[in-house]
Amino acid sequence: MKQYFRSAALTTAVLLAGGVSLAHADSVTVGLQLEPPHLDPTSAAAGAIDQVVYSNVFEGLTRFYGDGSVNPGLAKSWQVSDDGLVWTFNLQEGVKFHDGTSFEASDVVFSLDRARAEESTNAQKALFSTIASVEAIDDQTVQITLSEKNGNLLFNLAWGDAVIVAPESIENIKTNPIGTGAFKFADWVQGDAITLERNAQYWGTPAHLEGATFKFISEPSAALNAMMAGDLDAFMGFPAPENLALFEADPRFNVLVGSTEGETILSTNNKMPPFDDVRVRKALAHAIDRQAIIDGAMFGYGTPIGTHFAPHNPDYVDQTANSDYNPEKARALLAEAGLGDGFTTTLKLPPPSYARRGGEIIAAQLRDVGIETEITNLEWAQWLEEVFRGKDYGLTIVSHTEPFDIGIYARPDYYFQYENADFQELIAELGAVSEPEKRSELIAAAQKTLSDDYVNGYLFQLAMLSVADSRLEGLWVNAPTQASDLTSVRWMK
Amino acid sequence: MLRYFIKKIQSLALSLLVASLVIFVAVEVVPGDPASFMLGINAQPETIAALREQLGLNVSLWERYFTWLTGMLQGDFGTSYTYRTPVAEMIQDRMVISLPLAVYALVLSTLIAFPAGILAATKRGSATDTSVMGVTQLGIAIPNFWFAMLMVVVFAINLRWFSAGGFPRGGWGDSFADYMAAMKALTLPAIALALPQASILARVMRSSLLDTLTEDYIRTARAKGLSKRQTLWRHALRNALIPVLTIIGLQFAFLLAGGIIIEKIFFLPGLGQLIFQAITQRDLIVVESVVMLLVFAVIIVNFTVDLAYGLADPRLRSGK
Amino acid sequence: MRITDFLKSRNFVVGKILTTIFCLAALISFFWTPFPVDGVDIPNKLQAPAWPYLLGTDHLGRDVLSMIMAGARVSIAVAVLAVGIGMLVGVPLGLAAAANKGKLLDEIIMRGNDLVFAFPSLVIAILITAIFGASAVNAIIAIGIFNIPVFARITRGGALSLWERDYILSARVAGKSSTRISLEHILPNVMNLLIVQGTIQFSLGILAEAGLSFVGLGVQPPIPSWGRMLAESQTLIYTSPYLALFPGMAILLTVLGLNLMGDGLRDLFDPKLREARR
Repeated sequence: MKQYFRSAALTTAVLLAGGVSLAHADSVTVGLQLEPPHLDPTSAAAGAIDQVVYSNVFEGLTRFYGDGSVNPGLAKSWQVSDDGLVWTFNLQEGVKFHDGTSFEASDVVFSLDRARAEESTNAQKALFSTIASVEAIDDQTVQITLSEKNGNLLFNLAWGDAVIVAPESIENIKTNPIGTGAFKFADWVQGDAITLERNAQYWGTPAHLEGATFKFISEPSAALNAMMAGDLDAFMGFPAPENLALFEADPRFNVLVGSTEGETILSTNNKMPPFDDVRVRKALAHAIDRQAIIDGAMFGYGTPIGTHFAPHNPDYVDQTANSDYNPEKARALLAEAGLGDGFTTTLKLPPPSYARRGGEIIAAQLRDVGIETEITNLEWAQWLEEVFRGKDYGLTIVSHTEPFDIGIYARPDYYFQYENADFQELIAELGAVSEPEKRSELIAAAQKTLSDDYVNGYLFQLAMLSVADSRLEGLWVNAPTQASDLTSVRWMK
Repeated sequence: MLRYFIKKIQSLALSLLVASLVIFVAVEVVPGDPASFMLGINAQPETIAALREQLGLNVSLWERYFTWLTGMLQGDFGTSYTYRTPVAEMIQDRMVISLPLAVYALVLSTLIAFPAGILAATKRGSATDTSVMGVTQLGIAIPNFWFAMLMVVVFAINLRWFSAGGFPRGGWGDSFADYMAAMKALTLPAIALALPQASILARVMRSSLLDTLTEDYIRTARAKGLSKRQTLWRHALRNALIPVLTIIGLQFAFLLAGGIIIEKIFFLPGLGQLIFQAITQRDLIVVESVVMLLVFAVIIVNFTVDLAYGLADPRLRSGK
Repeated sequence: MRITDFLKSRNFVVGKILTTIFCLAALISFFWTPFPVDGVDIPNKLQAPAWPYLLGTDHLGRDVLSMIMAGARVSIAVAVLAVGIGMLVGVPLGLAAAANKGKLLDEIIMRGNDLVFAFPSLVIAILITAIFGASAVNAIIAIGIFNIPVFARITRGGALSLWERDYILSARVAGKSSTRISLEHILPNVMNLLIVQGTIQFSLGILAEAGLSFVGLGVQPPIPSWGRMLAESQTLIYTSPYLALFPGMAILLTVLGLNLMGDGLRDLFDPKLREARR
């Protein structure tokens, strides 16, 4: 009798447990900080678009995995001609768009031609600048001809801005995206959430989840409360690092700490006096205590960097010693530049907390060596207008999240206004080289140049911080590109 | 009478026209270009130019104003720059939350304020009066966003009676359960919004009642032998209600937009959040339309109140 | 009830004490705070209230008590200046409207008033700071604009009844211009009304400033403000609840103090209410 009761109780417990996990088994609700303005990744920069649709709804010829590697996507294989100019891609067979139309070489031609066209509003048009023509050889084969050698082509094609769209559904792509991915777009309540459902006709390994809801919560405190109250199953890119210890201490949650491609830097207006003097920029670099910023602004999450390059990249060169924290040296350098009495400059801060908090810490550190800063907090739209396009700033803090973006320093009109012919030559050379060893050499030289020129204050590599229900697995830990790839996410049984 | 009415309508139309002009000009000078915001930091100038063309941002300011104005008259608020959906639809979606929230808060505030105000007025000078008035002082002084924060910690996080925010995906749904879920989601925000309003209203109720209680006709009624309670319910309350109803009308208009910070705390996708988002995204047409709508609401409430006063008071009618 | 009795009335005394405390804190903060207000000190971040950090430290290691003292300065300054704008513009408008009762000027001023009233103040304040950038000055302007119609209306209301008084009529007959009458006879007599309303608008200004700062549109860092302190405390409320508690209490008590004082003043100035109290 006793035995019977025990087993009955056990069964009930198992049933209850099973019931709980069953309710969860088929879908997830994932929190994201930013809502996309629309859902066409090929006509806007918003990382928030990729965050929802990349790999889930839309796929490209190649695709990023969570470890940052570039892998076959809609192209299963490719060959390149000896001169490196003609690339032939063999496409996956039996692929259907979500509206039932089939995916063919003509769709690739359409997508790439649309992205690089004159009137295109693709935000990363530069990715396609070396493409001379795209032709369909047959339904399953596409040939891309380049105007010059481009060692980055496969990498470029993996971006969310290069995904394949269909001419049949292009008109309404912004509100009803039709792709080839493992999830179909289902519903969007603007200002609130986007729902995806599993694509039963998916050509590859089908998704484990029946459906997924992305919920947009911009306020860090609301994100915290929603996770704590159990309203969300996961939050990708959790905006309040101060709470991770809280989540770690709670068995309900898993904290995922990974890397992003975001070099967080104290951008400096290189053409604005006194920052046109390298000694002043060097003084800035030595006045900054990176560890204090990482501890204070990010609660310890983040890797110090000494140049504009991601530390997890094999080609990274550690240059942090070149700009170690040394206020004495900073003061001496300022005196040498004739600014012994200090000076005043502007520090314009965009919304993310790394910038707002980091800004207050940096302001205190700079004050310590005699540099006064006037802090202005800006929204992104204002930041773009004033700082990025207007170049009306002394200092600003921003994380450059595009992968492998050291090339921006070769653009003298970029908002840092850094002009160095040698560096520009290095980058030009890099674009034409595909031998790995030679590339590493050039990349190292470029990193050293930036570090020695103290172009910007290099602070830290932004960490990818996510919080998830501890029973959820398969989420990306790192963020090689902005994405929340749910194709292999599932509830642990 | 008709002349009075026509004059009021004229001034209503003029107010709305001036308001629309002020809003349009104010919003259009906001620095920040919607197109460059949408395309981000790696966009090339010609790409931005192409998008500006697509969004219809290249025509003159006046042309845009007239398109907007004439559109609004036909119920068409234009198309959002960022979402590419009709603004009217977006407003409708948000109204599903903001309108019930405002009504909910107003009902709560009235339910609290009426008894409290009446109680305080009838027991003037007593300990009850003092404590009711003390509580209303606190209610007015407490910043509602702080109150909301504290409520979230207590009722959502610790007690788990309510969720920390958000609105159920089912919306108001079809079933009773859906409806209750929606009400539940709006409860904490409604309380946060209602508290200061209730405090103000209770004070207005009390002083308005006190005013009428000292009027001659009340004294007459008392002298005629009506009991204190009868006078209160039959005469005083009815007359005291006019200023109270005016306040309620204005509070309603205020609550529609006043939830902007509360909506932020509870991440409710209502009108306030819409306007906040639209300002940061430089979705100017949305900002203009929502502000216009809110102003419209207040002007209409004022107009109605005015008209009601006019109808009640013949002197006003002929005097102006 | 005599004035001396009244000054001893509980509400007024409590209000006066609270207001004095915060004004004093603001004044002292100009010369002295326990710790430097912008003293970022990462190793000492998030210390719970204890000696020497009586109210604890925030996420950047700054002393909360020092920040609250300096924050009082900001709150008071913004609210006072906003009331100042409201009075400086609103009172002359109200006087002019009353002096020209029923004429076009009166109509324009009152319509303009209604129009400003019709705008949702917080939304417009957000718009203004979005246009001109977030700063203390713009917060003052944004709050001040909405004080203008309040003072215009109350001045006009008070002035209208005065214009019917005999001594005003005789001054008129004596040939005094309406501007002179407004300044010499009307203004001093509506002063009481203005002081009472000023106190109320002052407390509303403090709440408005806190709201604007809470959404990041008030005074900019490193200058502390109560609203921003509250906003920054939101994500730390589980681990360091005192960060949310103290600035909130500061706002509550200041506003409460001002309101109690305002009520007291109204009772003092309004003979009718004093009668009713008896």
